[in-house]
Amino acid sequence: MIRVAKSTIIDAPVDTVWAILRDFNGHESWHPAVSASRIEGRRTADQVGCVRDFHLAAGGALREQLLSLSDRDRTLSYCILDAPIPLRDYVATVRLRPVTDGDRTFWSWDSRFNVPAGREAELTQLVGEGIYEAGFAAVKGLLGKAIAARSRATGTVTVTRPQPRPAGETMRCNAIVIDAYGGAEQLRWRAVAVPPPGPGEVRLRHTAIGVNFIDIYCRTGYFDLLTPPGVLGMEAAGVVLDVGDGVRELSPGDRVAYACPPVGAYSELRNINARLLIPLPRDVGDQQAAAILLKGMSAEFLLHRVHEVHDGQTILVHAAAGGVGQLLCQWARSLGATVIGTVGSREKARIAREAGCVHPIVYQEEDFAARVRELTNGHGVDVVYDAVGRDTFAKSFEVLKTCGHLVSFGQASGPIPPIDIAGYASKSATVSRPNFGHYTDTPEKVRAISDNLFRNIRNGALRVMVDRLVPLREAAEAHRALEGRLTAGSIVLKPD
Amino acid sequence: MVKVYTSSVIDTPASEVWARIRDFNGLPGWVPAVAESRIEMQQPADKVGCIRNFTLKDGGRLREQLLALSDYDFSVTYSILESPMGVTNYIATLKLTPITDGNRTFAEWTAEFDCAPGREAELARTIGQGVFQGGFDSLKRRGG
Repeated sequence: MIRVAKSTIIDAPVDTVWAILRDFNGHESWHPAVSASRIEGRRTADQVGCVRDFHLAAGGALREQLLSLSDRDRTLSYCILDAPIPLRDYVATVRLRPVTDGDRTFWSWDSRFNVPAGREAELTQLVGEGIYEAGFAAVKGLLGKAIAARSRATGTVTVTRPQPRPAGETMRCNAIVIDAYGGAEQLRWRAVAVPPPGPGEVRLRHTAIGVNFIDIYCRTGYFDLLTPPGVLGMEAAGVVLDVGDGVRELSPGDRVAYACPPVGAYSELRNINARLLIPLPRDVGDQQAAAILLKGMSAEFLLHRVHEVHDGQTILVHAAAGGVGQLLCQWARSLGATVIGTVGSREKARIAREAGCVHPIVYQEEDFAARVRELTNGHGVDVVYDAVGRDTFAKSFEVLKTCGHLVSFGQASGPIPPIDIAGYASKSATVSRPNFGHYTDTPEKVRAISDNLFRNIRNGALRVMVDRLVPLREAAEAHRALEGRLTAGSIVLKPD
Repeated sequence: MVKVYTSSVIDTPASEVWARIRDFNGLPGWVPAVAESRIEMQQPADKVGCIRNFTLKDGGRLREQLLALSDYDFSVTYSILESPMGVTNYIATLKLTPITDGNRTFAEWTAEFDCAPGREAELARTIGQGVFQGGFDSLKRRGG
């Protein structure tokens, strides 16, 4: 007796796949080997015992009988009654199971049969590859087309599809513009013109805009990502209004988000390279995306790529109640790490603890280096995530264990003085200074990081906290709140 | 009776994933929440009927009994004897199926249990998403 077992994963919900497969007479519409099929007698295709009589595209007729059909288990089995090829005692079972992790479908197609001696290999291959694997590929193709057609036709559940605009029309809108580097007072609400999207670009209408510390560095001129006059902002969600030449993967009405240079997010409308955009899953809202994308993608590469945090490690997160800090705490904890954090107040200690930081240290009340040594029995921590900079950097090195890793990714308290790299030999320490841009400079990298992020939002490992929603025209208020360390979560700007 | 079903795809051949899972005493090696585990009465970990006694990193202690183990089906079934979760009649099965397309693994984890009225949704979420999906995520990270 030969047994053939093939299985695959279909990127569609199980009920969608089952709707195709449960139709015992439907194979003529999807299986490339089948040309014409009918159910014998006056039976329907879901009557157990019915016989399908069909022709092969390559010639020859078969009769197969439905032996069992279960909508509860999403299985069906059938046998061959007559065939031009010698498959004897052939009984096959098709079985679908939901993949709850990602709403996909596991599909197995098994059979047992006898064949004349000497033809085992040939007929095993015919059944396994010519029928089962060819069927897998055909259904994947069918569903791929159906999904593409549906998203083109109806868009998403949450967005009203705008009327496509004729190309070539310049649109006017309002934006927050800075004319010179400086304080929050430099943020001015002003009318700007947005030309039609160029080749490879799309024009977006923003629905929610993220506010990040990097925006402040751009505003003050500490980073040179913006040369005044210009529009700040590197994170937003929105809807595609129209597309430029050569853009094939996005259409008007698609919901997208981005977290990357070039700047220009603090605006009702903008043009942006289509390759920088991330399609938003239906279960991630616009404000959620604007609140978490840049911080969440940062947390992703800090915890998975700059240093691989895992089960059993102890880590120190500075500013553990801040936007990235909370995400680092939540995510590191879900990875099995023990999280120590520093915070600026007892209220922030509570917030950090809720995020998964088991030992929040209020740095004004006690020396964090001494406390970390005490908590780790003098050993220190595996990795320090330090975006505070000047005020913490030296002590962050002090609390590293041997071969520890100091990840410096910001300087909220001021520039970091030059370091004595030779001194790092005392611990064989590693220091990293990751740049968001280098971890997100290709669509493939962005997709891998954002997929992991959305998966961890979906499975509850990460919670998205919108601390406040501020009208876009009042962006200066948002900057003051962020600089005054008054926030415990993300600030999202909302266009009118 | 509450039923929980969680499934996932692990990009590693089923025999490799199974090598890790079949060790009934091996939870600390792949379940992030588990601190340490011992089999009671010095029994081997593949003796059907043996009991694993393990502690969680948050201090909780569980005792679970191996009810069935199949190297042919890649499946393991166990019950909870004692736990801090407040469940009774808890029986779970973890089963792997090879995905021939890509030499990957389809992993399914099911549980049935009783609990106090009103706690069904919370426990189903904790077990399905926290314990089971957490275990799958860990297996994915470890490449099985």
